Parts: sequence; structure tokens; C-alpha cells
Amino acid sequence: MSAPALAHVQTEYLALTRRRRIYGGLLLIVFVAIFVSGFRIADGRNAGGFWQGLHQIGDFPADLVREAIEKAANLPGHMIRAIPALIETLNIALVATLLGCILGLFLSLAATRGLAYWPRMVPVARRLSDIFRAIPEIVIALVLIFVLGGGPVPAVIAIAIHTAGAMGKLFSEVNENVDLKPVEGLASVGANWSQRMWLGVIPQVAPNYMSYSLLRLEINIRASAILGFVGAGGIGYELRNAMTFGQGKFDQAAAIFLLLFATIVLVDQLSASLRHRLTHGAPA
Amino acid sequence: MSTLTATPAPESHVLRIMRRKRLLALAVPSVILAYLVYVFFAFDLGGLAQRARMDNARILLADTVSYKTHVTRDNRRETLSVSIEGNNRATFAPDRIPDWVQTDGEQTRILLGGGQVVTYDGPRVLFDIPDHGTARLEIGETIGLDLPSPDWPASINASDSRVTITTDEGRLTVTRARTETLRYFWGWELFFFDLNSPFSGMSATQVIATVLAGERIRPDVSNLSLAISNFWNNGIWRHGEVYWAIFETMLMAFLGTFGAAFVALPLAFLAAQNFAPSRWLRFVVRRVFDFVRGVDALIFTIILSRAFGPGPLTGALAILLTDSGSFGKLFSEALENVDKKPIEGVQSTGANAVQRYRFGVIPQVMPVFLSQLLYFLESNTRSATIIGAIVGGGIGLLLTQAIQTTQDWEKVSYYILLIVVMVVAMDSLSGWLRRKLIRGE
Repeated sequence: MSAPALAHVQTEYLALTRRRRIYGGLLLIVFVAIFVSGFRIADGRNAGGFWQGLHQIGDFPADLVREAIEKAANLPGHMIRAIPALIETLNIALVATLLGCILGLFLSLAATRGLAYWPRMVPVARRLSDIFRAIPEIVIALVLIFVLGGGPVPAVIAIAIHTAGAMGKLFSEVNENVDLKPVEGLASVGANWSQRMWLGVIPQVAPNYMSYSLLRLEINIRASAILGFVGAGGIGYELRNAMTFGQGKFDQAAAIFLLLFATIVLVDQLSASLRHRLTHGAPA
Repeated sequence: MSTLTATPAPESHVLRIMRRKRLLALAVPSVILAYLVYVFFAFDLGGLAQRARMDNARILLADTVSYKTHVTRDNRRETLSVSIEGNNRATFAPDRIPDWVQTDGEQTRILLGGGQVVTYDGPRVLFDIPDHGTARLEIGETIGLDLPSPDWPASINASDSRVTITTDEGRLTVTRARTETLRYFWGWELFFFDLNSPFSGMSATQVIATVLAGERIRPDVSNLSLAISNFWNNGIWRHGEVYWAIFETMLMAFLGTFGAAFVALPLAFLAAQNFAPSRWLRFVVRRVFDFVRGVDALIFTIILSRAFGPGPLTGALAILLTDSGSFGKLFSEALENVDKKPIEGVQSTGANAVQRYRFGVIPQVMPVFLSQLLYFLESNTRSATIIGAIVGGGIGLLLTQAIQTTQDWEKVSYYILLIVVMVVAMDSLSGWLRRKLIRGE
């Protein structure tokens, strides 16, 4: 290649990079502008402003900690009293994960090409899991609380539906990578659909399924605590009650905070180590 | 092969493994079943049937697909009013009463569907069902009821002070204070225009014709902007407020997600093994990430709403705090996985530290960061709805308010629909952006 041609390529390339850099810079400026104006809108529509609130942010935690330390002797008692509620929250999460994952399993099988029992229904199953996933738990929970009354059942149903949608999508992504040879082999010896799935597909995907389900359990424990706060029972409900007692009685809230924090961390650790075993095999 | 030769009897070994698997295949379902049985009693599912309010479910469903117009006569003041859902703001003006209510001051005839007619005639009320005769009610010291035959086809709930007659077409309630007839209609009432709007009562084609070609209803504004403003300021559905609330929810998710990324990005460098300036700092930053992730969004939300009061900013900050922990962990893991070679290459050309990061590291981790960010943006739209219900902002607040009033179920359905549309739209947007930015399709 001659020298002028090379120089031409060089200027072209440099112009291209410059242009790209300008576009990137402009995009960044626009983005920052949107972010700042969005922040100002949110700030304007908030009851208390950001700058007024910023120095108060430590007040409530400080109150909480001070009272917890002052009445440290009460904490174990409060915690023990909150344990039934904690168990209810955990049960809600566990049952919802169980039911949601089972439903999600069927949804995912129905939504995977090559595995679906009714291949024509694949798009329907996909849209169905999209919709299940799109509905926030709180929507179903609040409506069901109106019909079924407060308690764990509305929360279970709400979380299970959302879980089914999320798992339907995740599981079907796993299913798409399944090796179809065992399925064909089973089909050749006359296995029916459920036998093909149970013996040909599930053993391949089970570790991944388990790993996703455990991750979901962590998420669902948090969701179940939040739903309790809006009236579905469990530790969230206790927390809400404790919060309304106000100053001087925050030791109970502090105890519940601690219990919730400890539980979430414990379950996260447990599930992380289980998932590690599932993906990397048991330690020898 | 070595395992096969090492085991003394491979056949028995395989059989043992199979036995164990078979046992496991039996044990796992039975444990699950036992757990479900325990939960059945722990959650008192047996008692659920008694606690369930199926009438509430019926109200919810009926309200979602239909609405009722109240024709009310105040029996003391002898005045008549026609309003939708008994709402003061949706009361028909006397000259715009719908034509199925015929009134001449003394007598009022209300034409329900299927030929059924309710007549208010002073202290007398008549309910006529074709082919089955007329029920007469007399309002005196007590409410007198006179049915034409015992098998008159309506469900009746009568006491001395109150008589209610319900058919498929409507419901009549008579007390000494007032006489009220409800007629049911399909759909959502006054969804586009409320009764104050000149467009109310027009059919869709009429509205379009008026907007496109009709004479100006108000001389100072065009019909189109009048229609839009009437829709936006609809007094019953408050579309303006609702769309603001949706916007607020999306704003919470946007500010929270990207704010968290801003906070987490520099910290992630401190927490990544190959970039951390000191081991102690790395340890501290990682524990901070763990702590922030471990403290639930619920706890942050409560603490923050104490400081900032209700509103979208509080929700955005709650999302920001929670997610900066998750982002910090994910980003630092991505940074730990970067390939050293491009960095060395950039360094060999004499690049300084900033240039090394800019050209050696960022291009490698950017796709991972962006795709995580977009995933979180979508899921945070949902979280923002929930957090909004707790801190009092956005569509979550409107939804909880509508549910707590326990009457506006059509609004609840409307909000749910909007939430689902919002989340699905956010999902497709983030998927589209992911494909566009990361795979460059």
C-alpha cells in the first residue's frame, strides 16, 4: 500500500474515532441532563426535600440503636416473641417458591420448542409467563386480601404467580440448551411425553433448576417480608406494628430489624453454598 | 476405568447407586408432601373457606366489568337525582338526565332492561316485570310490600324498615328516607369524558367527527385540545394524575438503578482483587456491599421515609441504596474476570493509568455492566410499584388507595392494567437496548 493511501486511511480512522467520541460525549451529556432533571422532579414531588432530609437520615437509625442499647436486656425477649411471625414469613416464601417453581416448570416445558406438548401453544405459554412475571406481587396480594381476608394465603398466591412467570422464562432458557438425544432415544422406545420429560430432560436441567430456585427463595423471603408490611401477616406485619409504637418503644422494632437481617444473611449464605455445590459439584 | 476395576463387584456397586437414587426419588416428594401438609395446618387452610368473602369477589368482578347508575328519590325532600355510582361529581344535570329515566316532577318511570319498569309515584313505588305482574310498595310508618304472586321472579329481602328487590336488570331499595334504583351497564363509566365535558354522552364516531370537522365548542380553543384537556382532567378517572403516577414510578426505577450504578462503579474497583489498592480497604468495601445487600429494601424504605417523607425521591433512594450493594458485588466480580492482556498492550504503548482503565478495562466490562443495569431497570420498575405503596408515591400509592376505599374496583383494574403494560413495555425496552448496545444488532 502506498504512503498517501495509508495516510488517507489514518485520517479516515481518526475522523471516525473523533466522531464516535463526540457522539459518546453528547450521549453522556444528554443522559446526565435527564438524570439531573429527573432527580429535581422527584425532589419537587417529595414531601420532604432531599437536602433538608439528608442530615436527618441518621436520626432514626440513631434513635433505634440508642434505644436498642439502652434496653438491650429486652431484645432477646422481643426476638423470641417475633419468631412465630418469622416462621410464617419463611413458610410463605418456601411454599410460594415450591408452588411457583412447579408451575414454572410446566410453563417452561410448554414454552420450549421441541419439548412442548402442544407445539402450537408455545407463544401462548411464553406470553402467559410474561404476564405472570409482569404483575408485581403486591397487586395480587392486595386484591386477594380483600377477597380472602388478611393472612398468609394471599401472599403465597401472589408470590407463587410471580415466581411461576419468572421461572417459566429462566427454566425455558435452560431447556433450550438441553441435549435432545436422550429425548429422541426415549421416544424411539415408545416413551410418552411425561416419561420423555421426566427421564430425558429433567435429569439434564435439574441442577440449574435447583440453583435458580434457591436464588428465587432468597428473593421471595424479602418479598414475603414486604407483603407482610402491607397486611399479609408474618414478620413484616409485626414490624409495621412495632413502628407505630413510636419513640421510646423502638427496641421492639430494632429486635425485628436484627432478626430479619440475620435471617436474610443466613439464608443467602446457605443458598450460596448450596448453589456452589450444585454448579461445581460436592467438595471431595 | 480405574473406578470400575477398583470396586470389587461393579454390579453390586451400580445396584447400590440405583437403590439410593430410587430412595431419593421417593424421599424428596414425600418430604415436600409432608411439608405441604404441615403448611396446610399452619396456614389454617381449612378455616379459609369461612374467612373468604365470596361476595367481595363478586363485587370486585361486577365492578370491573360493569357500572351502575343510581336513580335516587329523597323521600323527605321529594327530590330526584340521577348519578353514576352514586358519585356526587358524576350527577346528571336536571336537563341532561338519560332518556331511560322519564320524570315529570310528580311521577318518575325508570326503564330497566328486559321491559322491567320501576315507577316512583309519591309514597308509592311500583316494580313491573312483564308477564309476571307488578309489585307494589307503600312507604308509610313501615314499608308495605304487595306481590302479585308468591313466585314473582326476583330476589327479595324485606323488613319493616327496608325492602330490597333484585333482578338481573337492576336493584330497587326502598327505605323511609329514600327510594333508590340501580341500573347496571357494561363497561367503565365516563372513562374518557366526565359529565362536565361537552363530549360526554357522545359516541366514539361523534367525538371523532366533532374533533375533525365540527364547529368549535369553545371559541377560544380547538376541539382537539378541548377533548385532550377534558380527557386529561377527567374528574372521575383523573387520567392526568394517573399518568403522572406512572411516570413517577418509572422515574423512581430510573433514578434508583442508575444512581446505584454511579455509586457502585468506583467502589467496585476498590473491591476487585486485581484493582484494590489495599487488602484492608477491599475487605471493608466488600463487607459494606454485603451489609447493604443484606439489609432488605423494606428496612431501607422505612428508614428513608422517616428522613425524607413520602414521595418518589424516597423510593428512588431506597432502590439506590439496595442496588448499590448488588451492583458493587456484580461489578467487582466482572472486574476480577477481566483479561490482563489488553491492559498490558495499552500500557506498552506508554499509556498512563487513566488511559489504561479507559482503553484496557472499560471496553471489557462495559457489556456486562450495561446488561446487568438493564436487567435491574426492568425488575426495579416492579419494585418501584411495591416501594411506592409503602413510601406513598407513584402508581403503587394510587393502587393501595383505590383498594382501601373498596368501591372503585374498576379503577383498581385500570391501574393493574397500566402497571402490567408499564412493566411489559419496560421489559421490551430493556431487552431491545440490550440487543442493540451489547450485541450491536
